[in-house]
Amino acid sequence: MKNEKLYNSGVLTELCKGAVLPPKELWENKKGGLVIIECPQRIPCNPCHTSCPTGAVVEFKDINDQPEIDYEKCTGCGMCVAKCPGLACFVIDLTFSEDKALLKLPYELTPMPEKKDKVWCLNRVGEVVTEGTVENITEPFKDSTKVLHVSIDKSFVDQVRSVRVVK
Amino acid sequence: MSEIKKTDILIVGGGAAGLSAAAEAASYGAKITVLESDLHLGGQLVKQTHKFFGSKDEHAGTRGYKIADIILKEIEDNKENVEVHTNTAAVGFYKNDGIVTAMSGEESYFKLQPKKILMATGAQERIIPFPNNDLPGVYGAGAVQTLMNVYGVVPGKKVLMVGAGNIGLIVSYQLMQAGVEIAAVLEALPKIGGYWVHAAKIRRLGVPILLRHTIKAALGKDVVEGAVIQELNDKFQLIGEPKKIDCDVICLAVGLTPTNEMLWQAGCEMKFVSQLCGHVPVRDAKLRTSHPDFWVAGDAAGIEEASAAMIEGRIAGLAMSEALGLKIQQENYGIYQERLDSLRRGEAGEKIRCGLGMAQITDWGNK
Repeated sequence: MKNEKLYNSGVLTELCKGAVLPPKELWENKKGGLVIIECPQRIPCNPCHTSCPTGAVVEFKDINDQPEIDYEKCTGCGMCVAKCPGLACFVIDLTFSEDKALLKLPYELTPMPEKKDKVWCLNRVGEVVTEGTVENITEPFKDSTKVLHVSIDKSFVDQVRSVRVVK
Repeated sequence: MSEIKKTDILIVGGGAAGLSAAAEAASYGAKITVLESDLHLGGQLVKQTHKFFGSKDEHAGTRGYKIADIILKEIEDNKENVEVHTNTAAVGFYKNDGIVTAMSGEESYFKLQPKKILMATGAQERIIPFPNNDLPGVYGAGAVQTLMNVYGVVPGKKVLMVGAGNIGLIVSYQLMQAGVEIAAVLEALPKIGGYWVHAAKIRRLGVPILLRHTIKAALGKDVVEGAVIQELNDKFQLIGEPKKIDCDVICLAVGLTPTNEMLWQAGCEMKFVSQLCGHVPVRDAKLRTSHPDFWVAGDAAGIEEASAAMIEGRIAGLAMSEALGLKIQQENYGIYQERLDSLRRGEAGEKIRCGLGMAQITDWGNK
């Protein structure tokens, strides 16, 4: 792993098993987006698979396996985003508009934003990298984990993994 | 004081392991008495506002406190078999006649004569020595969770978390959910001890996790006003310059150690196993100790995750029921064991596997 010290403190430093990107062409044309899971460590956990309605998160041979995704089946529905106890699932929809992507990410903090609010978008170490707009807020399992749909400039999709809401 | 309460199974501790054992054994018709020293059942589960890992069988993806409700509801189905005493602690076991003394509240005592006993007493938090560690504002992580998640009180404004195991990482996240700032998370080892995803969750909110760092002292006259931290080398010696951190709470999440004094009293064979975080009873795969009437489950058997504690409770509940001569679901042994094994198969389970290799025996024979 690149920059091991940083990785060992919980920051993804390169793609690896359990943290892959979708095939480029499929990703660029898939309405609704595709899931990105950042779960590189073998831990006993599989709700991303059991919550997936389409079988896109492939069944685990061993519960400790890192998640594997069949991108042909992913619809970007975001059920895993809401279910993952590690908050490690994100959906990125590159078809949102010409220059903007839609990011669907888990949110369990206060304050709760409202639609059309501007939010700060944070990278994997919590630095503000851009501003985004909340397009929608869902709560698929009615269990207090919200899924924020945030539009951001396409060039930041590799970086943004969280938001800060300032009211 | 004179009357001796008889019961088939005494479960000491009404947390994840104890409640699961009660649910399992009650379903076979065993008469159970649960002693819980806290004011309510649920143990550590009731403080866990985050979603659990594991598989569906251990309610993965469900928040901990909701899991406590699920098990309590299961017990409710056989409530005629389960007698619960909260605010009641088991204080002693008398080997000569098998009597357990219990203290209800702080004044009233009673005696129990159980046929089988499960110690599901959980764990105690460790504390590390540093100057001023007795200042108000220095907390154990468990205390912070109780304050915040049971009573709705935040411990302060800015917290220095010591320890990046799962507890340190999760409690940091929960503090942030309550609007408390985390100054930093310190970890003496070169790598976080908890799940990587838990660390990633707080890293992306801007929390620094300082690996190879330790706390040197708490600052303040009457209460915590800050802390001094310093870097460590690979021999855990202090290097570099001490640094001052601004905080009003120092939260210690530096590990747990099994609580199992009554097993010593009962004369159970005990062993120090560092991977299980302290002295633990030697036990067979059905969680029976060297004393034929004592079982153990959960953190009292070795520090592990709540999901494992719940399955161990099931196995112990099953085994005690069998030992009482009740008709049980034999196939459950295999099902539960497979679930337990699968939870322990990963990278995070390596320590546990290694520890069990030392603490578990195949069979007690005719002992």
